[in-house]
Amino acid sequence: MSVAAARPLLLRPFPGRATLFTGLVLVGLMVLAALLAPWLAPYDPVLQDGDARLVAPNAVHLLGTDNFGRDVLSRVIWAARVDLQIAFLGVVFPFVIGTIIGTVAGYFGGVVDAVLMRIIDVVLAFPYLVLIIAIIAILGPGLKSFYISLALVGWVSYARLIRSQILILKSADFVLAARSLGYSHSRIMFRHLLPNALVNSIVFAMSDMVLVLLGGASISFLGLGVQPPTAEWGIMVAEGQGFITQAWWMTTFPGIAILILSFGFSLIADGLGEKLGVRE
Amino acid sequence: MTAPVLSVQGLSVETRDGVRLVDDLSFDLAPGEILGLVGESGSGKTVACRALMRLLPEPALRIAGGRVALLGQDLVPLPEARMRDVRGGQIGMIFQNPTAHLDPVMRIGDQIAEAVRLHENTTRSDARARAVEALRQVGIPDPEARAGSYAHEFSGGMRQRAMIAVALACNPKVLIADEPTTALDVTVQAQILRLLMDLRDRQGVSIILITHDLGVVAQTCDSIAVLYAGRLCERGPKRDVLGAPSHHYTAGLIRCQPTSAGGEGLLDTIPGQPPSMGAMPGGCRFHPRCAAATVACKGDQPDQAARGPGHVAACHNPLTSARRKVGA
Repeated sequence: MSVAAARPLLLRPFPGRATLFTGLVLVGLMVLAALLAPWLAPYDPVLQDGDARLVAPNAVHLLGTDNFGRDVLSRVIWAARVDLQIAFLGVVFPFVIGTIIGTVAGYFGGVVDAVLMRIIDVVLAFPYLVLIIAIIAILGPGLKSFYISLALVGWVSYARLIRSQILILKSADFVLAARSLGYSHSRIMFRHLLPNALVNSIVFAMSDMVLVLLGGASISFLGLGVQPPTAEWGIMVAEGQGFITQAWWMTTFPGIAILILSFGFSLIADGLGEKLGVRE
Repeated sequence: MTAPVLSVQGLSVETRDGVRLVDDLSFDLAPGEILGLVGESGSGKTVACRALMRLLPEPALRIAGGRVALLGQDLVPLPEARMRDVRGGQIGMIFQNPTAHLDPVMRIGDQIAEAVRLHENTTRSDARARAVEALRQVGIPDPEARAGSYAHEFSGGMRQRAMIAVALACNPKVLIADEPTTALDVTVQAQILRLLMDLRDRQGVSIILITHDLGVVAQTCDSIAVLYAGRLCERGPKRDVLGAPSHHYTAGLIRCQPTSAGGEGLLDTIPGQPPSMGAMPGGCRFHPRCAAATVACKGDQPDQAARGPGHVAACHNPLTSARRKVGA
């Protein structure tokens, strides 16, 4: 066994390491901010101070205050909790649902596959955000509706992705070997095919987090997602929009936070893709 | 003679269009016997063995008839769930390309332990111990550490050993080895064949060795079955078939071996090509390439006829010892 193999993955040189590393640092910073919010944030994120409205960044309010006199820095930090949750939960449900459906469709083929693929075509025929907004409109505004709508709409991409991988892999020789050992279809699908097929999906999930994060921000911006006074970057941008000429800091800093987290996810996706040899 | 472990009678495999890839194949496999299944590419060796395991790519190929009796039980009508217990548990299979037939993202030890746990009610730690033991049995050095390796960390010969360990982990009665040494270099090839013979001696497993290499057969097998275009030409004890072939195709194959040409000049070939599956010649399927073909060969399909104890051949004009001397 070589020495290199004994070293932890990130300490070994591999293509895309710098990219992956930078992404992990950016996302890690956001996770830390979210975890340590009660200690990091100088003020209560929903505490209104009527005497300190629209204060420009200064030594007391490092990133200024908004139109209710709430500290922008504290709100940006607390919002990391909500936005990370959106990015994570908004991807996990579609990922799991889509992966199971795509695996079954790809493995069995035939009628099962045809029916599932037509359903996917129907879902894909609608614009992504419009469909999500329509579902939220039916279920009522709020994050729960947002997650449900994402699960209903987002799984199609994962299903198609994993299906194409399974289609390639299911004729692989190790599947025949597994069958010659008397393994059942579900064991072959989920214990042998899936671990081999998952690489592309994981990379896609990372870039999907960016889309979901921006989607969540957009939905909140439209007033259908996170409800005020909860701090969330999308809402903060929306609230600051009316004051863009007087108080640029209200929109700019939450915007930068969205940018950093998205950038981090993108870099992780790219780095992983390069490391694992995925072509997008 | 002891009762055969595996008895195949009249096995036929058809494509969806009714083309017979394997036609009326019969043979018996005694306990501890190594049977060499020989033939050119496309002669139906692999298809026949997939059919034994009921692993044909349905619905493109299907078993059209015959019996495959394992210890007296016919496998052909067995429901799929029961068949899964037979695969791996009763009949194991190893393949030509060990690199492609091992799961690339699962540790070798786990792949063996999984098979053990599926077929036998063992605890996780017992299965792991069995996996290490299986690796030791196939001659992998330092099996405790190697059980934690992935297939890509093994060399070609080690991978083939690992695959044999997976297939034999549940002590099957029959091992089907589909060209197990074709992808390996010659020295490793000899080691793997030696290993298969050792395992036969120690565990009493019967082996069907699919190969197109008569040298491999001569080294390892007890008996030989020669397939041509999906039909059995000749079957019998190795000594009889190789030493005194009755079928012209078998004799032709033997003449194509490098040792027959004494290292001088070009190797012999059998003129012509094997027939394509869609356009089988009538009568004896070998007759267009056979120097001794007569009118009868074109018209009638020859039946299997006894040529000696346990030795049958399907030929209208079988080689006799007198004609063999003149012909060769």
